[in-house]
Amino acid sequence: MSVTARSSPWLLAGPGTVLFTAFVILPLALTLVISFQHFEPNAATGSGFTFTNFVSILTDEYFLGIFWRTLKLSLLTTLACALIGVPEAYILSRMRDPWRSVFLLVIIGPLLVSVVVRAFGWSILLGSSGLVVQLGEMLGLGFGRLLYTETAIVIALVHVMLPFMVIPVWTALQRLDPSVEAASLTLGASALTTLRRVVLPQVSLGMLSGSLLVFGLSTSAFAIPGLLGGRRLKMVATLVYDQFLQELNWPLGAALAITLLVFNLAIMLAFNRFVEARARKVLG
Amino acid sequence: MQRNGPIAIAFHCLVIAFVLAPLVVICLVAFTPANTLSLPTTSFSLRWFYAIFAHGDFLTSFNNSLWLATLSATLSVAIAVPAGIAITRYSFLGRDALNALFLSPLIIPHLVLGVAFLRLFVLIGATGSFAWLVVSHTIIVTPYVLRLVMAALSGVEVNIEQAAQTLGASRFTVFRRVLAPMILPGVAGGWLLAFINSFDELTMSIFVTSPQTVTLPVRMYMYATESIDPMMAAVSALMIALTAVAMLLLDRAFGLDKVLVGQR
Repeated sequence: MSVTARSSPWLLAGPGTVLFTAFVILPLALTLVISFQHFEPNAATGSGFTFTNFVSILTDEYFLGIFWRTLKLSLLTTLACALIGVPEAYILSRMRDPWRSVFLLVIIGPLLVSVVVRAFGWSILLGSSGLVVQLGEMLGLGFGRLLYTETAIVIALVHVMLPFMVIPVWTALQRLDPSVEAASLTLGASALTTLRRVVLPQVSLGMLSGSLLVFGLSTSAFAIPGLLGGRRLKMVATLVYDQFLQELNWPLGAALAITLLVFNLAIMLAFNRFVEARARKVLG
Repeated sequence: MQRNGPIAIAFHCLVIAFVLAPLVVICLVAFTPANTLSLPTTSFSLRWFYAIFAHGDFLTSFNNSLWLATLSATLSVAIAVPAGIAITRYSFLGRDALNALFLSPLIIPHLVLGVAFLRLFVLIGATGSFAWLVVSHTIIVTPYVLRLVMAALSGVEVNIEQAAQTLGASRFTVFRRVLAPMILPGVAGGWLLAFINSFDELTMSIFVTSPQTVTLPVRMYMYATESIDPMMAAVSALMIALTAVAMLLLDRAFGLDKVLVGQR
């Protein structure tokens, strides 16, 4: 009995463990290996051992420019999601049913619609004959060209990422006792003070985890820059795609992917540490 | 309870318009009689919907995606349920590491996984095989199932299982007659979430599909980068309609907010 009891969790989790070792750890290790290899034209993989790929990523202006753009657009997207998502979640939480559940569904429902579909929708809206450009002309604001610009990428990224900001803030707001807010108002604080001193500190944790999610997903976004950035405006994901499937330079592509992964993991770890410190402060 | 002021309502309307705008515009453009991506003004036409069925490629890809999502969601349930039981019901060395391993595809960008799978599949000569595509999708959807299964399992009191065992039920009987019925809603919700995630997956799939196994999102992405005609809008409108139906089913059965909000 004791032997089976000790081995049974491994029997239960065994098939999954084997599968995940063979298809997560092994392929990542293989990718790490080729990222340190020389590029061999006409061969799928490289050979030898070299730091060239990483050196060129860190020194070549073309690659640095793309990493910089990815960082910049991801930060802008995160900021915009926070500025839109946090107030929206707060407004939702103050609604009454059935409106509350209907609108929550409208906000998070698009999560289930393919990103390709949503990106395509924005390419229609932002295209030269699209609604947004026409609206701008009607109002006398010449937007100029919108499609295939960084603005277009950020707009569509915000659209795709917004639910990831609303959900954690919404969850945090659900835990907020409404009588605390009422107490603050009764004690003479203005609505703005109540919002700033009572509500915001409580939802800041939700906002932070939402920001992390949005930022992480934005840095590796593929379909949005692919469809709304055109051939010229690359982000890291579209660059990796080009290196792998068009230039066929697998070592460089792998090095780019590994750089992105390490960058993302580092941000997440730093962020987690920050959030934990913050949580200790907020929750006492 | 505090009410929303007029500024809040106006802000809310703008956000809702922003969220719905691209989806609504697709559904309108899909009915255009013209050859360009334009809003139908005087008449509506179904010609671009007929075009999908004449084009064939989209149907093949839809079929691929349907099979792929069904198989990978089912396979991930078969992995996540026992793994979830092991992680929530036993304490053993390496439990946390195992949990982290199973959830890691949520943290690793799909782009990186796509590159890694491509490398592995070329090495073992598995490129273009549908079976390996199923395996790769199983990996990325299993975390979603596992989270819901573990949430369902932690909602079941261990006492109930112990009572059944004390009364003479074998371990398997306890699972079949006691545990399984109680976690069924969580498992079913996980299956649906896995299905949808697999069906919509683009970034990883684009690296590992071959011309024979192209999935619908990959086909749509390729089509959208190469040509701009309203057929893409018609396909997208059908996808939106299908998703809306799935969403309503999911909402009726489990409460969409529970499945999606509980997800993160």
